[in-house]
Amino acid sequence: MLTVASYSRAQLGARLAERGIHLQTGAFVTCVKSEVASVADGISLLYADYPVLEQAEFADFHISLHQAGGVRRWFRPQVRLDCDGISPFQPLPVAQAFPMFEWTLNWCVSSNAHRYLCIHAAVVEKNGYAVILPAPPGSGKSTLCAALVSKGWRLLSDELTLVRLGSGELVPLVRPISLKNASIDIIRRYAPSSVFSPVVDDTSKGSIAHLKAPADSVARAGQCARPAWVIFPKYAAGASAQLEPIAPARAFMRLAKNAFNYSLLGSAGFAALGDVIDASLSYEFTYSALDDAIDIFSRLTPPGQ
Amino acid sequence: MSALPLLVQAFRQPQRLAGFTLVEWDLVLRQAAVANLTAGLCHLAEEAGLLGRIAPQAREHLTWARTVGERHRQAVRFEVGEIRRALAGLDVPLILLKGAAYTLASLPPAPGRLFSDIDILVPRERLAEVEAALMLHGWAASGHDAYDQRYYREWMHELPPMQHVKRQSMIDVHHAILPETAAARPDPALLRASAVAMAGQGDLRVLAPVDMVLHSAVHLFYDGEFDHGLRDLVDIHRLLGEFGKMPGFWDALPVRARALQLERPLFYALRYADMLLGTGSAANMDSAAGAAQLDRPNRPQLVLMDFLFRRALLPSHASCADAYTGIAHFLLYIRGNWLRMPFFLLARHLFHKAFISPKQAAG
Repeated sequence: MLTVASYSRAQLGARLAERGIHLQTGAFVTCVKSEVASVADGISLLYADYPVLEQAEFADFHISLHQAGGVRRWFRPQVRLDCDGISPFQPLPVAQAFPMFEWTLNWCVSSNAHRYLCIHAAVVEKNGYAVILPAPPGSGKSTLCAALVSKGWRLLSDELTLVRLGSGELVPLVRPISLKNASIDIIRRYAPSSVFSPVVDDTSKGSIAHLKAPADSVARAGQCARPAWVIFPKYAAGASAQLEPIAPARAFMRLAKNAFNYSLLGSAGFAALGDVIDASLSYEFTYSALDDAIDIFSRLTPPGQ
Repeated sequence: MSALPLLVQAFRQPQRLAGFTLVEWDLVLRQAAVANLTAGLCHLAEEAGLLGRIAPQAREHLTWARTVGERHRQAVRFEVGEIRRALAGLDVPLILLKGAAYTLASLPPAPGRLFSDIDILVPRERLAEVEAALMLHGWAASGHDAYDQRYYREWMHELPPMQHVKRQSMIDVHHAILPETAAARPDPALLRASAVAMAGQGDLRVLAPVDMVLHSAVHLFYDGEFDHGLRDLVDIHRLLGEFGKMPGFWDALPVRARALQLERPLFYALRYADMLLGTGSAANMDSAAGAAQLDRPNRPQLVLMDFLFRRALLPSHASCADAYTGIAHFLLYIRGNWLRMPFFLLARHLFHKAFISPKQAAG
């Protein structure tokens, strides 16, 4: 199988700038075009294990990231995003091109793929049981997700939990994990062998770096998982790790608040969310030390046991 | 110009949908996305019984869009209910226009048609009451300075757009279908007098079939922006397909166009619907009584208009553009404003928008 790693960095750069590449991430194929070096660097580093479709006839999404022309070529250079005539984001400083690529891929899925209930949540799996970690920014969701993944949990997604309507399966969308500000160094120390993209400062979300997804998770991107736990993480400095059960109805409402297309899907969304909650144990989880968190997660008992 | 874009071919001849290759679907879906016609394309495929024969990757996208379309239809019905509730005590005749009318009357353009505003038509002398009632129920005029307020209230055919403070839904309250300042002045009283009720919708009304087609035509061919040009042309194509089967429709259409001073936009609507979508209105018009007198542009003007509209009515996608697409859009933008306002008023308006509004916004 052809992967991004099959190309040298120079070949990849040339392909991205000319024809673009058809990159497969889970269920979706994206045609990416860009002459911006940091985009090619990021894809080369973090997507090395991902399939590239050489003779692709179809892409679900078409993304172009181009450096703006005119004055902007020299003065505070910017990168422009174009999803085939639609620009979901304003131009950004060229240094933010790779994070912009990541945000755009998320946007493409969350605003189009209505075959799934799409929840703003990380999701990881072990022994066939998946944990959904929904949370607003700043709750430590991605940090916890990165730590779990470094200790052998399989990554399904750090950002978008996709629940297939009808079957209730969790469909992987394995992509790099986005870490912000202090989390970057925390994970560098916690998992020294992890691979990071260069830190980009001053984005709308602060400093950002992306962490490479484990090769094993990428290889298993076709295997769906079943929800077993819905855990709302909350980082609190100095707190001891604590797991508090929450009532299903309350968990349902909180999960609904984190879903992008819950109201758009109407009754199908309600049913899908209900199935997730029915199949899962729901907890609130307060933590500060990652080791304690990992320990508690390793001792979670699946529902019905 | 070369062959019609694939998306246009699909609406012209739905059977084409079964024959598109995967590579063609890759392009059709992108053209449909910018034209806001993906959900409409799904409906077209279902109507033709072809959805099951479409490549699974493409079908997946069509069904994603169908979900959005279904939700939209539900939301529009809900919003119209809320508007009726807000205006219930006024005893004002309420007429729905455009998208909301197609949806509530279950007309062929409705399934899969996405739009951002609900348009209603009320008598001019009742505007103040309607506006006050809507404000009481949560709609507020938003983001308009004193100049904009004057622009709408003095010169336009509608109130400044109102947005619901909680649900963010938009409503445009019209008292006519063309600005006060336009040369053509279709009499709204004529439109209101012919408006028709719908089964199970109480006193809520929509325009009569001929008027609905004429309004759709004037909306498209008096406008300066064509981002949704193809979608609006598809509306006309589908309305004509539906109403064209009614006895007397084709005889009444040119007569009504004359009475409302809307012959020219009707001429363009029929011409480009036939040209791009193969509506086949010309044959019907030829056999209709009094068709020959439909006001049409002179020869050089028609050549120019063909040049402009054959570009501007295509999806705004790179694959549908040629070297003249940009200039066509620009000239039609000028034309749209020109038709809506006399020269000096337009000059003053553009001057204010270009130099005074930005300064005030900065200050």
